[in-house]
Amino acid sequence: MADLKPDANQPEEATIDEICAVAIAEAFRGDGEILCNPIGTTPIIGGRLARATFEPAMVMTDAVAVLAANPLPVGDDNAERLVEAWMPYRDMFDVVWSGRRHIVMGASQIDAHGNQNLAAIGDWRRPKAQLLGLRGAPGNLINHATTYWVPNHSTRSFVLSVDVVSGPGYDRVAPLSAAIRASHEIRRVVSNLAVMDFESSGSGDEPRRMRLRSVHPGVTVDEVVEATGFELAVPDEVPESRLPTGEELHLIREVLDPQGYRKAEFGG
Amino acid sequence: MKSSGSDDWVGGVGEGATERTLTAGHRDGSHNLTDRQGFRGGPDSPTVGRVTPPSQRSYAPSTLPAPDGRPDKRMTEDDVVARLSSGMTIGIGGWGSRRKPMSLVRAIARSELTDLTIVCYGGPEVGILSTLGKVRRAVYGFVSLDSIPLEPHFRQARQQGTIEVTELDEGAFYLGLLAAAHRVPFYPTRAGLGSDMMLMNPDLATVTSPYPDADGVHEDLVAIPAFQLDASLIHMNRADAAGNGQFLGPDLYFDDLFAKAATSTYLSCEKVIATGDLLAEGSLHTLKIPRLFVDGVVESPRGAHFTECPPDYGRDEAFQRVYAATAKDPEAWRAFVDRWLEAPSHAEYLERLDAEGEGA
Repeated sequence: MADLKPDANQPEEATIDEICAVAIAEAFRGDGEILCNPIGTTPIIGGRLARATFEPAMVMTDAVAVLAANPLPVGDDNAERLVEAWMPYRDMFDVVWSGRRHIVMGASQIDAHGNQNLAAIGDWRRPKAQLLGLRGAPGNLINHATTYWVPNHSTRSFVLSVDVVSGPGYDRVAPLSAAIRASHEIRRVVSNLAVMDFESSGSGDEPRRMRLRSVHPGVTVDEVVEATGFELAVPDEVPESRLPTGEELHLIREVLDPQGYRKAEFGG
Repeated sequence: MKSSGSDDWVGGVGEGATERTLTAGHRDGSHNLTDRQGFRGGPDSPTVGRVTPPSQRSYAPSTLPAPDGRPDKRMTEDDVVARLSSGMTIGIGGWGSRRKPMSLVRAIARSELTDLTIVCYGGPEVGILSTLGKVRRAVYGFVSLDSIPLEPHFRQARQQGTIEVTELDEGAFYLGLLAAAHRVPFYPTRAGLGSDMMLMNPDLATVTSPYPDADGVHEDLVAIPAFQLDASLIHMNRADAAGNGQFLGPDLYFDDLFAKAATSTYLSCEKVIATGDLLAEGSLHTLKIPRLFVDGVVESPRGAHFTECPPDYGRDEAFQRVYAATAKDPEAWRAFVDRWLEAPSHAEYLERLDAEGEGA
């Protein structure tokens, strides 16, 4: 890809978890001084990586109750924090509703327009499987940018129709107010196979649909299409997701996740 | 004194603003109020026109005796339960598996109370009270054990359809508490529009903004109704006997709003201390629960166990894992109920807990 910066000092080949962390980091490019709020191990590494490299102005929580200015290793409750502000849970809603936030969330199911289900499988009245619930997704989606992280790309997660809409996608938001439409943005969907975004139709009348943006090294376009339960928009040219730079690999392996917690999401 | 105090309070909101600009040393009307009542009288009383240097504006523990006439609200967990009744709507403070009033929850668990509506950022209290058949409806922003993302007993109650639920966006839930605390019928928000929150809660209504936006459009918003709480239960690190509560950890969550939203609020705490000692362990900013919103104080050391209560103690993860595992094993659940939930008092619970620790 164009923004791939080959590095002669690259210590060894990047692994899939590191490629995914970089793909998530890329979702924050250009965000500037907003709250970068990734949830989950790989997203947190990706967000912290973006701030440690190309988005130094972003603010980030310690995943508890403060904003910390230094790069924290994931999963280390005792790491020293350079505290810049107190951010108790309640204050997070002031940030959400201000729009100055970009979250990375999971999605148990996601459809072509980006409707996300975190809540339940089956009928919500008496679900076959109770999942996490709506959580903050309804408010997040209509107030600020969202990226989804789906570590198990399959026709069970990328579905024709989600059982419950926690985070509304482009078709659900289309009839809502101008203020909501202006704030709603699903920036990327990053999976273990590929990176997706949402293309607009030429006329702008049809709600945006999910489009393949890049495939991770070793993955073919056909494999992604087969693992997707709806018609994925596939451009003529699909590049490979970019590889981590040497600096990024160093940051991931030595600074942000020295314990290798990221491997757990990839069966490691 | 109470009635004159509240008159002053009402006046203080407006007058305080004027006085603040004149004295420059007092942050709001409430300090002027205490000055007038003599709690902090004497040579340092503010004088109009006098500016207190910042270095002298710290608050230290006081050696003054608490004045007579303030109520002593101390009681036991069972006293609290005696003031509750079946069918009530009860707010429960804390957040997930953090600073939950567990000794009060267990007192409900061993009581005759039933048909409750519980309102919370839910943790183990939802699973425990639902599985025991105490809950008709749970109203929540989420239910989680933090280190165990989904509360397994709650999950089971949902999948078996044994409880009714009102599931709201986490921020929308906050507005239900806020509306109740402010005694308005609802607060408007965009959160919920476009999602299935509206489908899952057919009683939720929208309101149309009376004000046009830049394009002249009147926007529709969700009206989150005020949570009408008959009672709230919260757990603090410290409190005095009159009910002034203090949190010493990193997050108050919504405990102040739970107290303000409810008709009656019962506060358990790790330790009851003298009013003069309230500033010994934490700054002024930790005193977020004034006694006028509190009806009962229960001294309950380790009262949040097995949830966390920093800085006094962290979560008992081993205990929480045992609790979680009982969702898949009816026999283990029965044993858990017998040993822990039906311990006749909090003191007995702590004895069993200590015995367990020694045996391990």
